[in-house]
Formats: sequence, C-alpha cells, structure tokens
Amino acid sequence: MTDQPTAFERFTQGILPENPVYRQLLGLCPVLAVTNSMQGAMTMAGAVLFVLLCANVIISLIRDLLKPHLRIVIFTLTIATFVTIVDRFLAAYMYQMSKSLGPYIPLIIVNCIIICRCEVCASKQSVLTAASDAIGQSLGFALALASIASVREILGTGMFFGFRVLPKMWPDWVIMVLPPGAFLTFGLLLGAVNWVVAKKKANG
Amino acid sequence: MSDTNLKKQSLPNKIKPDETGEAPVIQVGHSPHLSNESFTTRRMMIDVLIALLPVVGMSVYIFQLYAVKQMVICLVACLAAEAAFIKMRNKSFSLSDCSAAVTGIILGLSLPATAPWYVGVIASVVAIGIGKVIFGGLGMNLFNPAMVGRAFVMIAFAGLMAASGYESLHTGIDAITQATPLNAFKQMGISTSIKDLFFGLTNGSPGETSALACLVGGIYLCIRRTASWEIPAGIIAIVLIMGGLADLMGSASDWTVLHHLFSGSLLFGAFFIATDPVSSPLTAKGKFIFGAGIGFFIMILRFFSGYPEGVMFAVLLMNALTPLLNRWTIPAAMGE
Repeated sequence: MTDQPTAFERFTQGILPENPVYRQLLGLCPVLAVTNSMQGAMTMAGAVLFVLLCANVIISLIRDLLKPHLRIVIFTLTIATFVTIVDRFLAAYMYQMSKSLGPYIPLIIVNCIIICRCEVCASKQSVLTAASDAIGQSLGFALALASIASVREILGTGMFFGFRVLPKMWPDWVIMVLPPGAFLTFGLLLGAVNWVVAKKKANG
Repeated sequence: MSDTNLKKQSLPNKIKPDETGEAPVIQVGHSPHLSNESFTTRRMMIDVLIALLPVVGMSVYIFQLYAVKQMVICLVACLAAEAAFIKMRNKSFSLSDCSAAVTGIILGLSLPATAPWYVGVIASVVAIGIGKVIFGGLGMNLFNPAMVGRAFVMIAFAGLMAASGYESLHTGIDAITQATPLNAFKQMGISTSIKDLFFGLTNGSPGETSALACLVGGIYLCIRRTASWEIPAGIIAIVLIMGGLADLMGSASDWTVLHHLFSGSLLFGAFFIATDPVSSPLTAKGKFIFGAGIGFFIMILRFFSGYPEGVMFAVLLMNALTPLLNRWTIPAAMGE
C-alpha cells in the first residue's frame, strides 16, 4: 500500500486534476439535469458531499470485512442508506427544493462518482484518506456544477442565485434552462477545459 | 481542392526520356481524371445566391426595410462569426467560398422580418459556431447550419419567433398586420386565397411568402444541378399525396392540397434549405427518400403539432437520418 496517494494528494487531486465531471466524465446525469439554477445545483452538490463523505468513511471502516464478490452490493446498500437520509431531510426541511429536484436526489444512489470513490479509495485506504478524498471529489463536483449552472442561470433568466444580475431588458434565453442548454453548455465548457489541459501539456 | 490535387499529380514534365534513357513513362493519378473545374463550392454557393435573387426581391418588395435589415444583420453576423472561428482554428483566412454568405441570407429570409437585432445575431453565431465549426467546418456538419441557428432562437425566444412574433401593428406594412396564412388557418380556420399564396402577398418569413419566387429560383438551381431535383421532388410528391388524401377524406375546410403546397416555407425549404449538399444524402435514391421524409414530417407537424409550420424541424430530423440513408443506399463496392 505504499504507492497509494496520501490524504492530502487525494484531496487536491479531486478538485481539479481528477475533477469527477470534467476529467473523469462521471455523474453526468445530475450535471445535465439540475444545473438550470444555482440553488438546485448547490443543493445537489451538498447532498453528494454528505453521501460521499459518509459512504467513504463507513466503507473505509469496514474495508477489512469486505468480500471481493460482494463488495459492490455493500457499497450500494451503504450509499442507499445515506441517500435516503438526505432525501427525507430535504423533503422535511426544504420541501420546495425537494420538489424541484424531484427524482434526482434518490438517483444519487446510482451516481457513479460515489461507487467509483468507494472502489478506488475507501475500500483500500484509511479513514482519514477516504474522508479527505470524499471532500476533494465533492468540491470538484460542486465546482463543475457551479460552472455550468452559473452560465445557464445567467443566460437563461438573467439571474444568479435568484438575484437579478443582468438588466431587466435582457431577453431570457429560454433554451438555456431547458435540456438543450445543458448539453450545449456542458459540451462547450468541456471543450474549453480540454483545450486548456492540452495547452498546458504542450507547454510542459 | 480538386484543382490543387490535379496540379500536384501532373508530374510527367519532370521525367524526360532523354535523361533516363528509357521509354516514356505514363503517369496515372487518382481518379477523377477529368474534372469540371467550374464545379467548385464557390460556384455552387454563388449559384444559390443568384437563385435567391427573386426571393430576396420579393421579400424586399413586401417587407421593405425590415427584410433588408434582417438580411444585412444575419449576413454580417454570419461572415463575422465565420471569420472569427476560422481565425480560432488557425486556418488561413478565407470567406471566398461564400458558404457563410448563403447561410446568412437564408437565415435572414427565414426569421420574422420584425424580430429584434439580437435574434439574428445569436442565430447567426449559433448557426456558424454550433451548426458548422464544431463539427469540423464546411462539409463535415451533420445538420443544416441555418436551421440549427433558427431552431436555437426559436426555442430561446419563443415569444418573438412563434406565430404571434410575425404580427405587428406598427410597421406601416400591410402584410405584417395580418396573421400568417398557416396560423390564421390553424387558429381560426380562415383560409387564404391560392392567388395570394402563389404570388406571396401574405405575412410570413420574408423568404417564404412567394411560392412563385421560390419556384423560379429553385428551378434555376435544379437546372444548374447545384441542387438535386430529387429532394424537392420527394417533398412535393409526399405533400401532394398526403394533402390529397386529406382532401379526399373530406376534411371540411377550404384548406386544400394546393394551399399546403404554396403556403408556409414549404417551397422555400424544399428548394433552398433541404437541398444543402452537405447535410443531404449522396445517392439519387437516398435523396428522394430524404425529400419524402421531409415532406412526411412537414405534413405530420402541420396536421398534428402545436406549431403551424414544420419545415425547420422536418429538415433537422431528416438531417439526422442522412448517414443512415447513405449506408442503406450506397451500393457496395465490387468484392465487398
């Protein structure tokens, strides 16, 4: 286990170099579905942070008990437990948000970022490393959601976090808050990120 | 491109029998051995611009300065977007193939004449950027660029682009005060006379109103073989069949098959939009099926959808099927 990344490396890698959305292309369903407003996107990011952190810690604690052929089932059951907690919590305390996010909160269960982190990190490394990995990856996910949601919300409604940032005369680009806007924005941003990465590589 | 290749292949001058002391060598290059040098992208695009003249003339006659303004905005924005994107991709600067100009004019003719300036600008940038450049430039695009741009603003600014966006009381132009013929029929069951539809004295997108102008320009394109006649033929055939069937089934309205043919952007789309050589199939059979598919979707959308007209969506839908039609209809090479 000496060649495994340290806790600090896990944390920093998750944010940019191994950003779950832009570099690993994982968890694209919520990326496309909930990014039409910043509020929804940040709620989703918070939910993923909670679920990923708890799941990683639990899996890391029981990592010596895992049987190889049953591990995916254990991951899924653990994740499902925490997703249910988030889902009920939102329904109780943030009813409107729970309504508008709809099925995408329960769908965190099948969000492959979380299973991926359980498999890659938590099932092999210590609790501290697993926890910092979860926080790093969640921050990377939140950053990606925020970048897409801010473009879509500002162009689509002239608002940011529900506050008007563009003048009243701004013609709302309705298409940006609809599904085509998600695909276009994500595609263009992904292209831009790849362009920057390629340029960095070319410069050494 | 083909003429530069030919020049590279014309090597025989370099090898002279005297120098090698052997018999003269016959050099054989790749086919085509004879190519029509006038049949270039540039010539085709200029042909389209010439064919658009009657349509442009008619739109300026009916919508006056509004049509001129919309076309100039789209033309300038398309050329500027094309120039900017060419520069971004470090290609040598060239607008001389005129394809961006054609996209701009067609876009200008297909937007409501009274739409605000930013609609034309955004549609143009999307048409060139997302419709064309992202796929790798002219020749690689899957969808008709002008229709991609129009679909984008149609969904983005539904209020300005839907049927009500075509009507305005304050322009001083008679046609714009009326509802478009298709919308008048869809909403209120009011039929427009065939004569008005044929000559184009009605409201609508600037390019689409006059069936006569579209026919004149379109037939010129087909005779010059810049446009393949199979596509408009397929569209018109299916519209005649489906419209005729609707007539026979006794739909109690005055909207006959001829109304279907001459109204909306059917003929404009059939001759100028669907015939884009990049986003339509390669074989004659494929082209006819492509046209028939467009005609089918236009009629389905006109009969059953909330939109009064369906040419744009029909063309985009069939563009998506073009690779499939190519696979079905291109004969296998010998031995495959």
